[in-house]
Amino acid sequence: MQTVLQHPLFTPILVTLVIVAVFPLLAGYIVLVERKVLADFQVRLGPMRVGPHGLLQPIADALKLLLKEDIIPADADRSIFWLAPVISTFTALTAFSVIPFSKTIYVADVNVGILVISAMSAVGILGIILGGWASNSHYPLLGALRSAAQLVSYEVALAFALLSGLMVAGTLSLQGIVQAQMQRGIWFVFSNYGFMIVPFVVYMIAATAETNRAPFDLPEAESELVAGFHTEYSGFRWALYFLAEYANIFVVASVAVTLFWGGWLRPFPSVKWLALLDYLVPLLVFAGSGAASLVLVKRLKDPLQQKVLVGAALLLVVAGLVYVIPAVNAAAIGPFWFLFKVSLVIYLMIWFRGTFPRFRYDQLMDIGWKWMIPIGMGAIVVNAALGMLPPR
Amino acid sequence: MLMDTILFYLFAALVLGGGILTITRRNAVHSAIFLILSLLGVAGLYLLQSAEFLFAVQIVLYVGGIMVLFLFVIMLVNLDQAAKEKQFNRQWTVALACAGLVGAEIFYFLAKGAGAFQLAKGTAEANTGMGNTERLADALFSQYLLPFEIASLLLLVAVVGSVVMAKKRI
Amino acid sequence: MYASLVPTSAEMIRFLPELILTVVATLFMVLDPLLGRQSRHVYGHFSILALLGAMAAAVYVYRDPGAAFSGMLMVDGFATFFRVVVIGVGILTVLPSYRYLDREDAETGEYHALLLFSIVGQCVMVTANELIMIFIGLEISSIASYVLAGYLRDDRRANEAALKYFLLGSFATAFFLYGVALIYGMTGSTNLATVRRAILGGSLGSAPIFIGVAAALMFVGLGFKVSGAPFQIWAPDVYQGAPTPVAAFLSAGPKAAAFAIFLRIFLTAFQPIGPGWEPLVWVSALASMTLGNFAALTQSNIKRLLAYSSIAHAGYVLVALAARSNVGTAAAMFYMAAYAFMNIGAFAVVSHLSGKGERYLKVEDFAGLGAKQPGTAALLSIFLLSLIGVPLTGGFFGKFYIFKAALDSHLVWLTVLGLLNSAVAAYYYLRILVMMYMREPGEAASRIQPLTPGLRAALVLPALGTLVLGIFPGWVLDFAGRSSVFVR
Repeated sequence: MQTVLQHPLFTPILVTLVIVAVFPLLAGYIVLVERKVLADFQVRLGPMRVGPHGLLQPIADALKLLLKEDIIPADADRSIFWLAPVISTFTALTAFSVIPFSKTIYVADVNVGILVISAMSAVGILGIILGGWASNSHYPLLGALRSAAQLVSYEVALAFALLSGLMVAGTLSLQGIVQAQMQRGIWFVFSNYGFMIVPFVVYMIAATAETNRAPFDLPEAESELVAGFHTEYSGFRWALYFLAEYANIFVVASVAVTLFWGGWLRPFPSVKWLALLDYLVPLLVFAGSGAASLVLVKRLKDPLQQKVLVGAALLLVVAGLVYVIPAVNAAAIGPFWFLFKVSLVIYLMIWFRGTFPRFRYDQLMDIGWKWMIPIGMGAIVVNAALGMLPPR
Repeated sequence: MLMDTILFYLFAALVLGGGILTITRRNAVHSAIFLILSLLGVAGLYLLQSAEFLFAVQIVLYVGGIMVLFLFVIMLVNLDQAAKEKQFNRQWTVALACAGLVGAEIFYFLAKGAGAFQLAKGTAEANTGMGNTERLADALFSQYLLPFEIASLLLLVAVVGSVVMAKKRI
Repeated sequence: MYASLVPTSAEMIRFLPELILTVVATLFMVLDPLLGRQSRHVYGHFSILALLGAMAAAVYVYRDPGAAFSGMLMVDGFATFFRVVVIGVGILTVLPSYRYLDREDAETGEYHALLLFSIVGQCVMVTANELIMIFIGLEISSIASYVLAGYLRDDRRANEAALKYFLLGSFATAFFLYGVALIYGMTGSTNLATVRRAILGGSLGSAPIFIGVAAALMFVGLGFKVSGAPFQIWAPDVYQGAPTPVAAFLSAGPKAAAFAIFLRIFLTAFQPIGPGWEPLVWVSALASMTLGNFAALTQSNIKRLLAYSSIAHAGYVLVALAARSNVGTAAAMFYMAAYAFMNIGAFAVVSHLSGKGERYLKVEDFAGLGAKQPGTAALLSIFLLSLIGVPLTGGFFGKFYIFKAALDSHLVWLTVLGLLNSAVAAYYYLRILVMMYMREPGEAASRIQPLTPGLRAALVLPALGTLVLGIFPGWVLDFAGRSSVFVR
């Protein structure tokens, strides 16, 4: 047993298994959060029927997708139709392999980590284009063409934003980037006299476009293209696209957190006494939300649902309390900070979706080529110049 | 070591098989997919040589950039027309002769073994201890600074040229 | 550590001509949307200023010759000579372009920007001392030239020219690149001097055969760029379809630069295997001269005629390369300078005479030019006589030195055949002269426009250059002789 635990491949394989097993569920819950948050923006309730406050909705959705009939259009190119969603999902999940969840929890620390992620997102485009083409139908083809143009355009801006960050970090390895922030005691978004906020903003906009999210969701604009490139997909294949999309969202959020917001580091990583935060914040977040849900239990009418919610709330409180134990804290605080920040970034992206109307196609290209790319380039120049200044 | 050998043959098979299928498929999209496969095989070979940077750049540029644009164009083209075209044109005898020549060359060197093809000692080998990316960057920004910078002029000229040739009204 | 990587100011100054041209060309693209159509001549003025500045810079930086950018560039007499030649070709191309672009109602901004970029590429080529640099310069120059050849996009011939030039040109560049790859594999370096040392050092094992293959591949690529036989096939179609000033430019600028790197590569890196490649060059030189001259005899289109003549002239320069001596190099340098003057001058006259849409391109259209515009006819006569190689013109001394160098290297047969060729060539040049002075004016001559200042300069300057080189060849030849030593 000991030898198995010490084997160099043990953690990578374990993390891989956990990601592959848990992420589909997590994606389902990201969707639930998205629907709930959007509902709240629009003064609705969102899903409420399955489970208390719709908490079991993702599971019902997943069951529904798996049981649905799998339709392949008669004139579709069957082999590519089959292959396309696999490409998307495969690349999206492969990108997870270089993300550092904490100092010890990661699959691989590749010395070209960031490039691997851009490579995977670049290959992922193929899944969308090929899927749209293979459907042999008008809307999917239009969606595919739109997305190809959009993704290729915004990839440039994205790369410029990443370059600024990489210049500060001095390494392409994601783990190395976090280490660099730890050594310098500053999250990179605040470095270079705070100017790094510019590439971060460019990154967020470009990343939103890269993941086909509103307000850049033209490839699947439902009012124009039915559902864009995946119009003809149904059942499990469609679920794969869906999984890929949310995996991509998670990945771009992770890169944003790793490169700009300190990865798995706590705020002010160089200030010793603020280690207090390592205990306080998890306790507040978990136990606090647990306590808050307990208050809500009374409002539910169904006694079964009341019991489920009490269980969930208690679980949260326990999770918060577990973080007080120093040994557990030391091991689990990295993933906590990382996932906490990633959730905030994902929340931001949901917020975008709830706030901005969709751009027209020419506006999209204008923003990409005439604003994001020049700003990204300018940010590189300014950051390079600021980086030359002697350290404070 | 065995793992490396197996992987090498796997990637080499990808490269060659992808290449052959690229030129034999009638459907242009299928051809493009096999070309992608072939390019991925090349990326894998780079990785085996521990040239990680080239590996990633190969994928980002060729698969993510060039092939996506290829597919983009192919989708705008009427494929039925192309599928009906004859696959061999009149010059196939010349092509066969050239291919035969190259084939003979390859078999000659395969028969003679590695000694027939003596390469110069790599200049980069002396500089160990640095990652592949760092070494590449060092070479690009020190010794090869000027070619690296002036290549941007080459790209600029190509961009200006293609706009001049393609745009309806300048 | 990184301080040592920043290029020193001396190195930057050695790169000054290219910098000037690049900055101005890039500026054009910024200016283009800001300036209206009224100011279409501004680009030409700026181009000439930039080219003059670059030429002055090229001469200035020769005061402090040496390598730059870790041996990528080598500013020596040879480089300076060819820099001045290609920049001069640029000036002589801009001058007739004013009138031409007005007449064909073409955009001026992109034209001049591309022209300047092409010249930058050629300057890089002639200064480069390193195969990668040479390749990048070659590509910059070529890509800009492809576009310039098809600049009149509504013209079917121009499209044909651009496409042919582009396809065959990229193909040829690929050959060159394969050669470079082989060289790097065999010697571990792309620096010409290092390659030469590696070949001399004999540390190549079984590699000499590959060095030979590499030399052959590069010969194919460069042979295309200088339009030497058997890779000349593109030249007539491209010269015919391209706008006439561009054809003039193609026949002088890129060709001079290509010959410069031809000489530098083959007489530096491949000098040790000289006896191996000499027969190749020998055959190519003879084939170019013969093919060019005999094909030119039957041409009725003046641009095609000049194209074949330029193939033949490439053959003469290849003779100088086959001589494999410093005298030969000096002769080739002198010849390229003289050829640039006389050929651009001849093309400028064609551009002037051809009329809107290039309608009058027949040899017969020159009928009566001597009576209608005696000045133009006289200048064209100078260019044609120089192309024949009549004494008192630059062409004479060019040929004279080349054949002298060939004789010095015991290439007797090649010299004899070359001289016979020159005699054949006299026929078709004289045909134009006869047409000009001894026939009644035809439609073309009656519709001829008066000379504009730009055209006048474009005709007088090359004529002066041709005569100066023909009467006082010593100064240029001395310089060429001093700069022709690559390996000391």
